[in-house]
Amino acid sequence: MLNGFFETLTEQFILNFIDGGRWKFIANGLVVTLKVTLFAAALGIAIGFIVAFVRTTHDKTGGFKIMNVICKAYLTVIRGTPVVMQILIIYFVIFGSVNIDKTFVAIIAFGINSGSYVAEIARSGIMSVDNGQFEAGRSLGFNYVQMMWRIIAPQAFKNVLPALCNEFITLLKETSVCGYIALQDLAKGGDIIRSVTYSPFMPLISVALIYLALVTLFTFLTGKLERRLRDSERRFYN
Amino acid sequence: MNGDFIIEAINVTKRFGKIKAVDGVSAGIAKGETLVIVGPSGSGKSTFLRCLNMLETPESGTVLFNGVDITSKKIDINLYRQKIGMVFQHFNLFPHMTVLKNMTAAPMKLQKKKESDAVEKAMALLSRVGLADRALAYPYQLSGGQKQRVAIVRALCMEPEVMLFDEPTSALDPEMVGEALDVMKDLARGGMTMAVVTHEMNFAREAASRVIFMDEGKIVEENSPDNLFAAPASPRLKSFLAKIL
Ligand SMILES: Nc1ncnc2c1ncn2[C@@H]1O[C@H](COP(=O)(O)OP(=O)(O)OP(=O)(O)O)[C@@H](O)[C@H]1O
Ligand SMILES: [Mg+2]
Repeated sequence: MLNGFFETLTEQFILNFIDGGRWKFIANGLVVTLKVTLFAAALGIAIGFIVAFVRTTHDKTGGFKIMNVICKAYLTVIRGTPVVMQILIIYFVIFGSVNIDKTFVAIIAFGINSGSYVAEIARSGIMSVDNGQFEAGRSLGFNYVQMMWRIIAPQAFKNVLPALCNEFITLLKETSVCGYIALQDLAKGGDIIRSVTYSPFMPLISVALIYLALVTLFTFLTGKLERRLRDSERRFYN
Repeated sequence: MNGDFIIEAINVTKRFGKIKAVDGVSAGIAKGETLVIVGPSGSGKSTFLRCLNMLETPESGTVLFNGVDITSKKIDINLYRQKIGMVFQHFNLFPHMTVLKNMTAAPMKLQKKKESDAVEKAMALLSRVGLADRALAYPYQLSGGQKQRVAIVRALCMEPEVMLFDEPTSALDPEMVGEALDVMKDLARGGMTMAVVTHEMNFAREAASRVIFMDEGKIVEENSPDNLFAAPASPRLKSFLAKIL
């Protein structure tokens, strides 16, 4: 009975991954998923910190009035709509008439989406920097932008690094909806195998396990980073 | 208007909501003098000091720096702040930079000094306060007294014409107060123009050219340190001195 189970498992494995080199759907999909996640995360951090900069500057000095309105609209729209709709609209509406690389579209879409969440994280990071740092910067004669860039941003970034890692993990899972624009990421790769072999168990469970492994790995790394930051924190501010 | 004042406040008022933190204060700091400001907690000393470099924007009144109205919206306040050094109670060193970087960042970025020149100047100042060997340390690796000495020389790196100190020793352990005060006395003797808010009456006695006593946002009494401490005129100063001495 147990023997039979393993036999089926082996058969299943050969059918889904070995025959026809189907494992390549998984491997190539994994590369796409990691590529989209990494670049979208970088884009999201850039957008998020710029938006946070505009928003906090507006709060603190009243400047950037128009930019602030634009940023607020961006946050409302992006956080208020599903990411699937965003990627569909970007692919079929905005880039509908041009032939464009789907990976690129996914990076743009998820970057814009993630940016709206990073913006709030970055904002709390900037707010968490001691007011004395702003004052010391100003008293030396730095203008607002110089001060934010050289003095505040590095400290804010360090303060929110763990939260940014969590956003990265969320993003990794969210990219699994890339299939909506027929981009062959990891999730889509498993689904393609399923549709060819008509055997859903092996490919779908495998893909889920790969996501789980990635998330576990990044969670572990985040925890390690967090502990290191906490240790240095103790020295940092005393 | 006295032409010799580096900074002069004229009828400066600053309110926080209903509280009048500074209430029509006029005072000047003449070149080379050490003005000490004393007074009870909440009397507006810090707020007044912060009005002098526009960290607080006065509601009314004028602040002149070498005769230029720096409360004016037409001037670039950042250029004037480069000439007005400030030292804070809690040091406010930049934790992500070494001591040396703390000191050279502003001169290099704002005064376009060459790195070698900025470093040379910083090292000379560090030697002067006995911290040359700590140049590559991070702030967390310093004691409170060392941090405050670094904060002082960081401000000096910009070659300011006047230095403002807001209770520079209040956050220090008692055994470290002396080392910070020594640096300040040394500066005063060297002819630096300074305004110092402090509760260290011995420092006022030794180093002040003039002492201002503030209460409830106003200057109540102003005199040479000898006269102010020996013969306080107002009852409020008398009771303040009785409490603090
Ligand atoms: N940013 C602020 N917002 C609101 N109220 C403030 C602010 N800063 C100062 N105040 C108030 O203004 C008054 C004067 O404060 P200030 O800090 O200038 O006094 P101080 O003489 O420096 O006192 P201390 O010796 O405790 O430092 C106080 O009543 C204080 O509560
Ligand atoms: Mg004060």
